[in-house]
Amino acid sequence: MITGEDVDHIGWLASIKVAEDEKEGFLALFNSVLDYFHQLDELDTEDVEPTYRVVDLTNVFREDVAVESLSQEESLRNAPRRENGYFKSPRIV
Amino acid sequence: MIAMLRELKERLAAGASAEEMVSSLFDKIKRSDLNAYTILSEDLALEEAREFDLAPCSGLLAGIPIAIKSSISTRGIETNCSSRILSGYIPPYDAHVIERLKEEGAIIIGKTNMDEFAMGTSTETSFFGPTRNPWKTDRVPGGSSGGSAAAVAAGEAPCALGSDTGGSIRCPASFCGIVGLKPTYGLVSRYGLVSYANSLEQIGPLALNVEDAAMVLDVIAGRDLRDSTSLNSEGGYMAGLEGGVDGLVCGVPKEYFGDGVDPEVETLVWDAISKLEELGASWKEVSLPHTKYALAAYYIIAMSEASSNLARFDGLRYGLRLGADQDWHTTFSEIRAAGLGPEVKRRILLGTYALSAGYYGRYYLKALKVRTLIKEDFERALSAGGADVLVTPTMPFPAFKIGERIEDPLSLYMADVFTVPINLAGVPAISLSCGFARGLPVGLQIIGRHFDEKLVLRTAKAYEDATPYHETVPKEVV
Repeated sequence: MITGEDVDHIGWLASIKVAEDEKEGFLALFNSVLDYFHQLDELDTEDVEPTYRVVDLTNVFREDVAVESLSQEESLRNAPRRENGYFKSPRIV
Repeated sequence: MIAMLRELKERLAAGASAEEMVSSLFDKIKRSDLNAYTILSEDLALEEAREFDLAPCSGLLAGIPIAIKSSISTRGIETNCSSRILSGYIPPYDAHVIERLKEEGAIIIGKTNMDEFAMGTSTETSFFGPTRNPWKTDRVPGGSSGGSAAAVAAGEAPCALGSDTGGSIRCPASFCGIVGLKPTYGLVSRYGLVSYANSLEQIGPLALNVEDAAMVLDVIAGRDLRDSTSLNSEGGYMAGLEGGVDGLVCGVPKEYFGDGVDPEVETLVWDAISKLEELGASWKEVSLPHTKYALAAYYIIAMSEASSNLARFDGLRYGLRLGADQDWHTTFSEIRAAGLGPEVKRRILLGTYALSAGYYGRYYLKALKVRTLIKEDFERALSAGGADVLVTPTMPFPAFKIGERIEDPLSLYMADVFTVPINLAGVPAISLSCGFARGLPVGLQIIGRHFDEKLVLRTAKAYEDATPYHETVPKEVV
């Protein structure tokens, strides 16, 4: 069972603030979805390898050549806040 | 303007004006109340059409208008994934598939509505409101590529691109009575597709018929170094359409019939199997024994990957920024709380939980192991001496009413029961119309081996040639 405190912690991990009035709805749904997920416990997968990629791939290499990339102006164009050619972030310290 | 791409190309070659064609499309879109589009690129499209009329180019899609799902980046045209957090975002580059479409002369007319970040089965989680189904406007068009499907079905675009993570091309194709193809994982570059669950998703065509879908696939398939999971394509999908189904063995998985499937849907799919038999194919029952575990495995993997992929939306480089900044964590947490819709938050939070310390083995790793079992089910059913293709319903029922399921997310997840196993296995599958139940289209799903799109398309084409459903269009758009 997930509790209200768990939801706060998950919200912190995911950087999503969960409002008090959302919490109850999330809780009910999360517990019913996790309950549904637990049907996988019926399967013995002890000796089964996980599938990370469905199509067999080996390392993909390319020549190390410089190609044209986005200009500073283009890269910054969508930024809501910028200063002197940089993205402007909230204060870190 | 309901016409095959081949017909449109012939008209253009005979001197018809691309500008008139494009401008009549915009007239129609603006009169429509389907809400299939969220962004129109009218000025640019008309300019490109005028250029075409002055000096026609020779590409495979020269002068052909196309609609693009809002999760696919288009340089200079807003790409918002139907989310508040990306509203106003104008990509500075084109997705690989967009570069290919432009090289072949296609004209992009706009961006289509979708479930927010492709998370949904009905296009109701869009920040811009639901899209309506052109067959019955109180119904959902399916999702998440619901805008693309509704636009094509209603004649608001001759063809469109969508993306399919767990059925997002095939479900709306089924609900809107058109053709939708999810290619083999790796056939089409995902460069420029806004990631939701990157180990599952592929870009693919939505079209009025199989030939049109093959034509668009010919353009977009193939290796691109910027998506290291993309592989070479042999091409020739359109050229390989004829040849019929004589001697073909269709596998009918028993787990895809019975409980939970609308009886009328089941009857129509069996009728389709009989039709394929008439055309020279045979069928046999096969089993995909782990089908009942596919939904749980799919949602664990998709939510986990989503929690990682959507971590980039922080309002720093693009997207929503709220009032005055506070400390780093509070600022981002509030932006994400305000900018993301309820379903997206649910999936990110559940995915975060599934990946968090102590739970990784129980959920994510377990789901990846079950994925192996599901992939092996398909390999066995489609092995040499087994079936050549599998034939199933695309969706267990026809389009449901807007508002009917949205309050019960788990019941919406269940609707994906026949589409998600295909993404887990990475195999290709097409949905095409096989008739109507209570006035609503029903989709037939044809599934093939990895990179066997040609056989999937050839089977679909043989069925389509022998049936009238692709020629039936919604009343109000005739």
